Amino acid sequence: MRPLEGILVLDFGQFLSAPSASLRLADLGARVIKIERPVTGDICRQLYVSNVVLDGESTVFHAINRNKESFAADLKNPRDAERLRRLIRHADVVMHNFRPGVIERLGFDYESVRRLNPAVVYGEISGYGAEGPWRAKPGQDLLAQALSGLMWLSGNDGDPPVPMGLAIADILSGIHLTHGILACLVRRAITGEGARVQVSMLESVLDLQFEVLTTFFQDGGEPVRRSAVANAHAYLGAPYGIYQTADGWLALAMGQVPVLGRLLGCAALEPYTEPREWFDRRDEIKRVLADHLKTRTTAEWLAVLEPADIWCADVLDWRRLLAHDAFHVLGMIQTVRRSSGFAYRTLRCPIRVDGERLYSERGSPAVGEHTAAIIEEFKLEGEP
Amino acid sequence: MKPLEGLLVVEFGIYLAAPSAGLKLADLGARVIKIEPPGRGEPCRHLAIKHLFVGRDSLLFHTINRNKESYAANLKDPGDLEKVKRLLARADVLTHNFRPGTMEKFGLGWNEVRQLNPRLVYAEISGYGAEGPWRNKPGQDLLAQSVSGLTWLSGDAGAPPTPMGIAVADILCGSHLLQGILAALLRRSKTGRGAHVEVSLLESVLDFQFEVLTTHLNDGGRPPQRARRGNAHAYLAAPYGVYATADGYLALAMGSLDRLAKLIDCEELERFTGSEDGFAHRDEIMEILARHLAQRTTAEWLALLEPADVWCAEVLDYPRLVAHEGFRVLKMDQQVELAGGSKIRTLRCPIRIDGERLTSPRPAPAAGEHNEIIDKELLDA
Repeated sequence: MRPLEGILVLDFGQFLSAPSASLRLADLGARVIKIERPVTGDICRQLYVSNVVLDGESTVFHAINRNKESFAADLKNPRDAERLRRLIRHADVVMHNFRPGVIERLGFDYESVRRLNPAVVYGEISGYGAEGPWRAKPGQDLLAQALSGLMWLSGNDGDPPVPMGLAIADILSGIHLTHGILACLVRRAITGEGARVQVSMLESVLDLQFEVLTTFFQDGGEPVRRSAVANAHAYLGAPYGIYQTADGWLALAMGQVPVLGRLLGCAALEPYTEPREWFDRRDEIKRVLADHLKTRTTAEWLAVLEPADIWCADVLDWRRLLAHDAFHVLGMIQTVRRSSGFAYRTLRCPIRVDGERLYSERGSPAVGEHTAAIIEEFKLEGEP
Repeated sequence: MKPLEGLLVVEFGIYLAAPSAGLKLADLGARVIKIEPPGRGEPCRHLAIKHLFVGRDSLLFHTINRNKESYAANLKDPGDLEKVKRLLARADVLTHNFRPGTMEKFGLGWNEVRQLNPRLVYAEISGYGAEGPWRNKPGQDLLAQSVSGLTWLSGDAGAPPTPMGIAVADILCGSHLLQGILAALLRRSKTGRGAHVEVSLLESVLDFQFEVLTTHLNDGGRPPQRARRGNAHAYLAAPYGVYATADGYLALAMGSLDRLAKLIDCEELERFTGSEDGFAHRDEIMEILARHLAQRTTAEWLALLEPADVWCAEVLDYPRLVAHEGFRVLKMDQQVELAGGSKIRTLRCPIRIDGERLTSPRPAPAAGEHNEIIDKELLDA
């Protein structure tokens, strides 16, 4: 039995943040019904990353919304709104990621939903919280990254701000929403009470930086300085970083600099015996390392470093990763199928429960694909 | 009542991945007890960033382990091991992130511990899973990023592989562990049965890439192509990126090119009208935009773009962020009170429950600080 079997989730969310949370709940066993506007559906269906179109819709939509049902409803239409109010009475979880104020106007805010279903766990994601000067700003990943200070942590000193090239704020806020929802479901199992869970993209991407922000508070607010050479963490000393070799790249994590010097046959590193210097003089040490590591191949260096238990790795791209045994053995790829018959490949849930990997063959739904069946099953029409 | 009040978590975790899950469990209301070697304690106590220590322990340790208790036990000592087992018999959750095989050596693997406590949720983190050629490789953040393909998504085309400058693999993996734990606790409330939850750094950092990997798996395996300048996402069309202005930087997310061209009065951009152009001519468009946006200040551009609901933001650094009303209103920072009376300023849990922010002034424990209490309260010793 999957852990969330029997839990019914209604997801009013669009794009990535809330829908990534409901995907995880679905893979863990919940039944997830996506509430979508008729015909066009979730805007994400037409949000293209690259110009690849799958079965008429964007690849990201298919990645995020597999293993869900779709119920089409125009929230401003009284008949559809009544259907939803009836459906909400059956739900364990209701969630959305509208901008603050929107769901209130539509009549599906927490207070309204709680009146219909006092035991509901109601989850919401905003961009920047419901107060303050940024509350009406679009809750979009790159913008949350930009405001949060995050862009000054990646790339080298002297580079422009470097964003993380993935929707980290969306993904983390979706994860934090699931944490809050699941914790409140655990409480509800004891007390019978529902709950309201709120997260924001900005708070989530600040939480990602909790270690470095605490350091920033403690060191008197010194500006963050990325390493000038092979930066991989603005607050870590040499050798931490990625270095070019004769035929590729090598990642080096923690390690004592003189020990590395001896192992690599690089005498110039041996005088750096003081751990304090590894941070204070990291650019100069890393320059020496960078020049030296170019002289041999990645495989040659790994053959020296790995047996000495130095923390290091080859730097792979997807082509080499996907061909590697260490990837195959994880069974991370699954093929899912839409009801149209169209099949596509995607990843599975990364969590294993009782030794089982969580796969699901069900692809993403067409807009409103399950409306009629859900109306029938929950008796959403006619006399209550 | 915080949602996890009454739950007992026993954390064998070290460094960041498992302890970050323990921190969220604590902030959500659980009682979290760290099991640490007597004396030196958990190794993270000695891992400092920027040489910052608070008392004997690194600031890093304090940041990750506030709001927890510490029980010192030598797992190689039969007496100590017996006490730990008695604690586990009463616990709801166990977490660890040792390399595969280590807990089994102490007789604390899933199969042994479930005999002691069939209701226990046993949650573990590995670097790369328990099978395959990388199973004994160090489970470390930068290494997991490096083998996962992630480093080819950030930075500009032509830049070296660019890791994310924060421990994303550790943090995501700890988050996934917590998802599994909470889901298993919910199931237990119905079935009475515990669970075995497993995650790995590599699977977590692959999951992080699930959107773009899904694209890659269905586009004939084309490699990701970072933008030449101002790259913010290898798979998104222009104008998505970061641009220098006359006095700072401006982030521009997705949006219509012809509307943008008119709003910022950029004639050169007007020939790119269709949505296909944003992909096909991405670098050319971003170059034109970069030249144009460099002419005026960030504030001037925001004044034009924000009222038109173009998705944009200025790029802040920490000093400007923490001084900003948009940050202050969140009350995201909190003070932790140390035994000597001094305080550490850190962040709170990012989740609000029933309109309440979850804060806790309780500091990280000294190694073994709570042995006496735990012996008395939980072990009747």
